[in-house]
Amino acid sequence: MLLEKTAPPILEVRDLQTTFSLTKSLSVRAVDGVSFDVNKGETLAIVGESGSGKSVTSLSIMGLLPKDTGRVSGGSIKLNGREITTLDDRAMRDIRGKQIGMIFQEPMTSLNPVHTVGQQISEMVVRHENLTKAKARIRAIEMLHMVGIPEPKIGVDNYPHQLSGGMRQRAMIAMALACEPSILIADEPTTALDVTVQAQILELMHNLQDKLGMAIIFITHDLGVVAEVADRVVVMYASQVVETARVNDIFEQPRMPYTAGLINSIPRLGSSVNKKRLEAIPGNVPSLTNLPGGCRFHPRCGFSKDICRSSVPTLQAAGANHMIRCTRWSDLNLNGGLNS
Amino acid sequence: MRGPLLQVNNLRKFFPIHGGLLQREVNNVKAVNDVSFNINSGEVVGLVGESGSGKTTVGRTILRLEKATSGTVQFDGKNVITLGTSEMRNHRKRMQMIFQDPYASLNPREKVRAVLIHPLKLHKIGDPSEYEDRASTLLEKVGLSSEHLDRFPHEFSGGQRQRIGIARALAVEPEFIVADEPVSALDVSIQAQVINLLEDLKENLDLTMLFIAHDLGVVEHICDRVIVMYLGKVVEIASTADLYENANHPYTKALLSAVPVHTPGKRQNRIILKGDIPSPINPPSGCVFRTRCPIAISECANVVPELKSVGNRHTSACILST
Repeated sequence: MLLEKTAPPILEVRDLQTTFSLTKSLSVRAVDGVSFDVNKGETLAIVGESGSGKSVTSLSIMGLLPKDTGRVSGGSIKLNGREITTLDDRAMRDIRGKQIGMIFQEPMTSLNPVHTVGQQISEMVVRHENLTKAKARIRAIEMLHMVGIPEPKIGVDNYPHQLSGGMRQRAMIAMALACEPSILIADEPTTALDVTVQAQILELMHNLQDKLGMAIIFITHDLGVVAEVADRVVVMYASQVVETARVNDIFEQPRMPYTAGLINSIPRLGSSVNKKRLEAIPGNVPSLTNLPGGCRFHPRCGFSKDICRSSVPTLQAAGANHMIRCTRWSDLNLNGGLNS
Repeated sequence: MRGPLLQVNNLRKFFPIHGGLLQREVNNVKAVNDVSFNINSGEVVGLVGESGSGKTTVGRTILRLEKATSGTVQFDGKNVITLGTSEMRNHRKRMQMIFQDPYASLNPREKVRAVLIHPLKLHKIGDPSEYEDRASTLLEKVGLSSEHLDRFPHEFSGGQRQRIGIARALAVEPEFIVADEPVSALDVSIQAQVINLLEDLKENLDLTMLFIAHDLGVVEHICDRVIVMYLGKVVEIASTADLYENANHPYTKALLSAVPVHTPGKRQNRIILKGDIPSPINPPSGCVFRTRCPIAISECANVVPELKSVGNRHTSACILST
């Protein structure tokens, strides 16, 4: 971890703003002032509920926002020191797949049903590395072998519908890593999978990271998965980062009432021994068109005071590598995480 | 302990596959294959398993939303499977269902009032003059209020819609509820609200419930006993504490060990299963789990394991279990 201090981050996101226009006069900020770094070889988890902006953050990084409605309206994204928000489509296509690999939640809809798995991996390698078709096919077979597809020489000629959900996600990972990207963005990669298959995929990703050394941005709503895969965690709520810390600190000493609330509201294994009522967070996630003033979490927060309604909290340091967006954090004693 | 309210015996549900020139039945999907269990009055029983295990089909067949291929479902001493149409209509108000997707299970053109009064009319419960009051009371029971009666489903969030779905199921004052993945479509912070609501209702209304879910943390929290299914078969039944502390069947062990723990750096010895769940059209011979089982022996291919007792009210279907 000493390396963290000296080596520059692979990805630097600063004050990112992403705007969607809903109608001619109405637009919403789906990402509002998001900043974080991703260092070489580390796994950064972005956690949040639906509508928190976690997926839009990743689409903004990849330059895959829907052209007609969404755009990056401010801030900067630097990949290996190079600003990528200002690049045109052609330059972004050179980066996607080559420097940034991507895997998505539903492997059936993100693979092309009319091409074989091998063709889809080869296409990437031919495009980015100028290999001949024959060599690209060999690379495809190697990649399928690496992600644990049985009999890759046969599997390479399979169409996506011939594979099970878990095998499809392996094929997606093979494709994402074929050009050895320095960063892999995984958006809910195991959410659609059964728990025993999820365990297989998480182990595979962990082993591949050890082997290839890529950084991973892991987007998920599942805190159990976060505890398992992450080195550092970014918690998002209503388009903003509300807390970021090392994974142990997030679970053992959450400082933001929302993070503590999320951790306490989940039934975890072992509850039959020590049965107690879940501490639910009241209310609903606010709509982006009608955000509460002051702190965006205050209507649902058990600790809110007048100041939370009137003043807008900024992201501030609450310890080493620990940032939170809460005006009252130093007054609060959140009994979250392990002690609860 | 009170006696069984529901007794399921040798339940089978095969879905036919048609093919060939004459669209004859060429094969079938063995979604539920010889399943037996009891649910006692006042109990919440979890039914867990991965996709394709048949857990939803069991729930739907018990309520006769699917026609059973064979077997019996005794509810309060009566076999539900063979009830006639009028008897069945009478019977339906005693068993209700809560569905997974609160977006798909409410009619978008019906106001909440109609959603809640409809079952009362159908089953001729109470006097029409009381309907309005009953609907308001139902909404209050599930944490909403009478001002919501005139709204349409799209005006509600996912969590609120699920509350309406629960209120609808409670409208006819059922004794037994099948809840099919009632919280899995909800956001994390909303899940806990609905779980707490279900627990309160269970206490206050003395409900008996079959709780179908794939989330083992939720099941442990809410259930008294748990049934584990794999590929159309029951592999283990035990009290919740017993199952989570002392799982017997190798599938249950693998399933529990696959659940991510909420403690960073504290990863237990995980049993990673090889491969995927086989097709229920041609399930493996003998024990259906043997193709992925870490301890399978050659005999597992020949013998269909029966559920046998491995402890106090704890049964497991594995020839190697002791």
